[in-house]
Amino acid sequence: MATPTLDKTDKAEAGFADTPYITATFRIRRFNPEISDEVQWQDFQLSIDPKERVLDALHKIKWEQDGTLTFRRSCAHGICGSDAMRINGKNRLACKTLIKDINPEKPITVEAIKGLTVLKDLVVDMDPFFQAYRDVMPFLVTKGNEPTRERLQSPEDRERFDDTTKCILCAACTSSCPVFWNDGQYFGPAAIVNAHRFIFDSRDEAGEQRLEILNDRDGVWRCRTTFNCTDACPRGIEVTKAIQEVKRALITRRF
Amino acid sequence: MSTETPTSAIGDVEGVSPYGVDNPAPVIEPPRQRTGKTPKGSRTNFEMYAWLFMRLSGIVLVVLVIGHLLIQLVLDGGVSKIGFAFVAGRWASPFWQVWDLAMLWLAMLHGANGLRTVINDYAERDNTRFWLKMLLYTATVFTVLLGTLVIFTFDPNIR
Repeated sequence: MATPTLDKTDKAEAGFADTPYITATFRIRRFNPEISDEVQWQDFQLSIDPKERVLDALHKIKWEQDGTLTFRRSCAHGICGSDAMRINGKNRLACKTLIKDINPEKPITVEAIKGLTVLKDLVVDMDPFFQAYRDVMPFLVTKGNEPTRERLQSPEDRERFDDTTKCILCAACTSSCPVFWNDGQYFGPAAIVNAHRFIFDSRDEAGEQRLEILNDRDGVWRCRTTFNCTDACPRGIEVTKAIQEVKRALITRRF
Repeated sequence: MSTETPTSAIGDVEGVSPYGVDNPAPVIEPPRQRTGKTPKGSRTNFEMYAWLFMRLSGIVLVVLVIGHLLIQLVLDGGVSKIGFAFVAGRWASPFWQVWDLAMLWLAMLHGANGLRTVINDYAERDNTRFWLKMLLYTATVFTVLLGTLVIFTFDPNIR
């Protein structure tokens, strides 16, 4: 954050063009059960370089204005998937969203992802999400003896499921899904994406079992193809396409 | 609220809050969360067939319904021609009987399955789901049976 203009105190005189700093308003949805059962939107104004990320703004607020602001982040570089949140009404990773890309002229709303229990401020209970993930058996299943060398796979076979290996389990897709909002029993896009990653892996031998799990009442057939998940995915995974591929695999398996 | 108030905005607007560290407010849980106790699948293909049926019946219904609307409302004098004699004349032919029967069954099952989906999506409590679905199935069976009965037992000489 150390830029040459940092010492410049008189911003009004310097003018907008000379300093990268702008004044942005962050409207954050606060909830603290230890104080109130009510949710409240709180505005924070801060001067910040618009080339910074929303996560930097949250840090600035937490470190300089209100230490009680609670949110998750670990790596802060779009890999760990901890800081998915709803920014200006769209699920994104705070660490991959630049302030200049989300119109800082207007207040920027930041809230917890939907469809999961809000525990405090931007922190939600991820247990139901990971339960769905566990339920699709997201691990390699094989029969017989382990080979003494690596399990070989052709580049074409690897390419088949390349898209779904990119998932970082941030829950941006699942918590953007209207079916999941209304019924948490639905597996949700993230679990299906991670099932897809093994169903179409030529080395794995439990594809049939996973397809059977997703053939269930709460499986892929509840998908309404609204593409919210594809729009939300910070990794650019074609989530809806993956779900459709699982549907197609189920149908072609039967007929 | 602005930067001048660094303390939390949530708070005792009306004096003392009843909630504290040892007595936190209840959190709002989303409907029907998945837990370890969520029952495993029924291992039937019903949902897949229902999904396929929606797609296939939809395609057929486009032809049936648009054809039906054209014949009933647009061609040959439009809606004013419809009367007892017109219906009797059409149902004298097995072709139109089959057309109307297919339309009745497909449209009813298509609509019922769609509503079943809506109920599954939006009804939160298991009891509500069950009774809404029972109401839906009853209405569907009644309408389908009554319509089928009329198509097959229609008597043009009734006066």
